[in-house]
Amino acid sequence: MKRLLPLLLLAALPAWAKEPDAARQLQLDSMLSQDCGSCHGMTRKGGLGSPLTLDAMRAQDDETLLYTILEGRPGTPMPPWKMLLSEADARWLVRRLKGENP
Amino acid sequence: MKRLLCAALLLGLGACAPQYRATGDLGLVVERADGRLKLVESTHSTALASIPGLGDLSHASIVYSRDERFAFVFGRDGGLTKVDMLRAEIAGRVVQSGNSIGGAISQDGSLVAVANYTPGGVKVFDTDTMELVADIPAIGADGKASKVVGLEDAPGNIFAFSLYDAGEIWLLDMKDRTKPGLRKFPHIGKQPYDALVTEDGRYYMAGLFGEDGIALLDLWNPDQGVRRILDHYGRGQEALPVYKMPHLEGWAASGNLAFLPAIGRHEVLVVDMNTWREVGRVPVAGQPVFAMLQPGGRRLWVNFALPDNGKVQVVDVPSLKVIKTIEPGLAVLHMEFTPRGERVWMSARDSDQVSVWDTQSLEKVAEMPATKPSGIFFTARAHRMGL
Ligand code: HEC
Repeated sequence: MKRLLPLLLLAALPAWAKEPDAARQLQLDSMLSQDCGSCHGMTRKGGLGSPLTLDAMRAQDDETLLYTILEGRPGTPMPPWKMLLSEADARWLVRRLKGENP
Repeated sequence: MKRLLCAALLLGLGACAPQYRATGDLGLVVERADGRLKLVESTHSTALASIPGLGDLSHASIVYSRDERFAFVFGRDGGLTKVDMLRAEIAGRVVQSGNSIGGAISQDGSLVAVANYTPGGVKVFDTDTMELVADIPAIGADGKASKVVGLEDAPGNIFAFSLYDAGEIWLLDMKDRTKPGLRKFPHIGKQPYDALVTEDGRYYMAGLFGEDGIALLDLWNPDQGVRRILDHYGRGQEALPVYKMPHLEGWAASGNLAFLPAIGRHEVLVVDMNTWREVGRVPVAGQPVFAMLQPGGRRLWVNFALPDNGKVQVVDVPSLKVIKTIEPGLAVLHMEFTPRGERVWMSARDSDQVSVWDTQSLEKVAEMPATKPSGIFFTARAHRMGL
């Protein structure tokens, strides 16, 4: 619980306030292919989790994706990531999933 | 590499100076991000060769032919690759579906079956020719295509598997390969996510993600149907988010006790196999992914999901206490014991390293670099049912 607090505070800040720095971006990138990849496939073509292809991601709005990542999908194996990711982290991931950042 | 090749050729051709090599101490380490395998040997803990060209190896698993000469590698991209352990090269490859999750080899070694997510189903291939023998779509009682998980071999050239979406267990009987037999057990529970066959080949157990519990099928008495065991082991408590699905493979029994990773809990469940009741829980450092007994059953080795995936805990079975927590590296994905269990190999994905530990002293005895290593598979698996 202690560990959660700073993250929650972080999440309350405006998104631009804390763009993940370069080192964090590298971590997030590796997390996306490896840890998210364990369910969604390393190339995001799907597995136990649905495909997270560019087309599939661009068909959804940012807030829905953000919410799915932070809160998960109850009743499915998609877990809430808010204990491990700040809102800024998740926003960066959403842009990554949509191919909007390098 | 050269030496290995020579030894291999020699088996038939006698082209080089005599230098024979057997495969009993060989194994493969999956370098998942690069679609590559590292051929290793566990007598001196060294790497012998690198085998590229296997496609998407996230979540790859491997089974071996009964002579331990060939490996069959199940890749995420639907690729089924046959690898020659002596020549250290690919001996055959089919891309048999869009998306697969694992497979099994039959009791007689003549067939290899692959479990697929999309399109959901099971395909069976001849291990010699790699030709398709049977194609079984997984349409559940609800009429919908289902992802297939937990595909295991069972005695009698039977493959057992579960339908994730439909919540069913199927037995595919391949005794007569021209007439595959299918027996279905519907309504086994919500979202079976992985399964195992006990070492003696008698029980098929599917872990359920959507409910607390395990579906158990007695393969000696299939007419009795599927039973639910360990029902409500969570006892209504809120489960923690599960960042990685636990694996049931690696199951073994120590006396009458068996050990299972609890989903969404920092616990390993202890089960009495005579009654199939829970007889204890071992509190551990995180959510277990693998809870593996070392051969002989004296100790249990447990690794964890995020954020505790840098740790491995060793549990003493007689006292059910954690006796050591080790930190082999970042993101420990898999553990594999040498055939008689004197050593255990571990892959640390984010440290790009494989380390070898003495299971008696619990000290590290060797390590080697590997690129984003995940699964480690030794050839001794050839002679174990349900692996
Ligand atoms: C333990 C397995 C698992 C892991 C790990 C996982 N997911 Fe998921 N995810 C799922 C499943 C299953 C679904 C489909 C849920 C459903 O049926 O609605 C899903 C759905 C999603 C969706 C919605 C897709 C859509 O088309 O609506 C997004 C976005 C997503 N996941 C992102 C992520 C990200 C980012 C990560 C890593 C930080 C991640 N997931 C890790 C299992 C997982």
